[in-house]
Amino acid sequence: MTASETILDARACARTLRRMADEIVERTAGTENLVLVGIQRRGVQLAERLAALIEEREGKPVPRGALDITLYRDDLQTVGPRPLVGATELPVDIDGMQCVIVDDVLFTGRTVRAALDELADFGRPARILLAVLIDRGGQELPIRADVIGKVVTVPDGAQVDVRVAELDGDDTVVLSPARSRTA
Amino acid sequence: MTSLGKDLLDLESLSPEQITAILDTAEPLKAISLRAIKKVPTLRGETIVNLFFEASTRTRVSFEFAEKRMSADAVNVAIGNSSVSKGETLVDTARNLEAMKIDMVVIRHQASGAARFLAERIESNVINAGDGTHEHPTQGLLDLLTLRDRWGSLQGRRVCLCGDVLHSRVARSNIHGLRKMGAEVAVCGPRSLLPNGAEEALGVTVFDRIEAAIEWADALNILRLQLERMTAGYIPSLREYNRVFGVTRERLDRAPRDLLILHPGPMTRGVEIDSDVADGPHSLILDQVTNGVAVRMAVLYLLRGGRPDLATAGTAAGE
Repeated sequence: MTASETILDARACARTLRRMADEIVERTAGTENLVLVGIQRRGVQLAERLAALIEEREGKPVPRGALDITLYRDDLQTVGPRPLVGATELPVDIDGMQCVIVDDVLFTGRTVRAALDELADFGRPARILLAVLIDRGGQELPIRADVIGKVVTVPDGAQVDVRVAELDGDDTVVLSPARSRTA
Repeated sequence: MTSLGKDLLDLESLSPEQITAILDTAEPLKAISLRAIKKVPTLRGETIVNLFFEASTRTRVSFEFAEKRMSADAVNVAIGNSSVSKGETLVDTARNLEAMKIDMVVIRHQASGAARFLAERIESNVINAGDGTHEHPTQGLLDLLTLRDRWGSLQGRRVCLCGDVLHSRVARSNIHGLRKMGAEVAVCGPRSLLPNGAEEALGVTVFDRIEAAIEWADALNILRLQLERMTAGYIPSLREYNRVFGVTRERLDRAPRDLLILHPGPMTRGVEIDSDVADGPHSLILDQVTNGVAVRMAVLYLLRGGRPDLATAGTAAGE
């Protein structure tokens, strides 16, 4: 591919997130013991949006937190001069909770593996689900998402970029031609 | 370039950006010490040798906590029981350790320049945990972090190092670090315990009276009298030193503003600092100890955490 292609625009993103929120509530049978945990960075915004949508639908508060998996990566020696360490903030004790890990893109699965390891250091949830906006395939580990916004077939070397309004000014998902990456 | 490179030997050679990178990395690492499981797997499989040629409890334990919280395997080499006591050289000791496939060396040594000497001769990362009267960079960094936590920024703040500046590696690291981060720095103590020409050589203001330092400063970093390094009579007596330069509650009560109080430890209460100051509301001494672990975790992480010749860190494509 030579040119970028928009996979989801803002309206499609909104529709997709609403459907994902509904699906999370169905899979967790309501909001009992539910906590949404976004993976830094864009997973955090998506978790916030999904939690707000679930609250709107169910009329009950849904705690949300943030996971920074930098210290749990398995590629520390290859990620560049200064991998930034961000904050992990869990709003509740996760023991016995239904935790939904939220991320923007599921690719190799190594980020999710790191997130699972980190969550396990904080407690023992009753159940962990994975929700991703985009599943681009290419998993290198036996990890699959439970709630998927959109499955995208990605040509060799191409890249999926998720933009969120809170950080990037708008909500879009763009499929771009190859550029170097290591993760 | 914010990469630290292979070693951390001093603050004099670091850029403000590199210092900021360490402090910014240390900030989120503090939370790890508050978790139920105080450990992350970041340095799993890495072996770190703490090579202490001088007595130390605080710094060695702080490094050991940092290493273990990052999941590294830490080995403490007790020099008194080692081959050094049989005449082995520093380089031979380190090379032998390196032959056992270690990854990092944390070294404290009584000779200024020992850390650099070692770093230039072995492949493992070297962290200077204090070399003679030269520098103690991680202590300087934790002091910077402690003050930055309180002030938000060090720019324009006034910090005075009080006491035995002449023999203090902490003072040198602080002076370099604070000045690079935009603070104004002064020293205060008997002239016999200040470096010759400190004003020009170190770019600091010099106070001969503790009252003047207290009037000027936003923070005092009070140094221990390093009697073990004194080869001559630098002061008439400890009692006289306390009378003239001791930081007491009464002196602080006359300060025009609330001063922050730091001390790198170990403290000699009743000599350079009185107990009601050390334990008083403006003392950050225990914050320094807490921050010491986080700063050392950050340094370990940044030295082992990436190679500058490789591509930039990416969360591109969500991973």
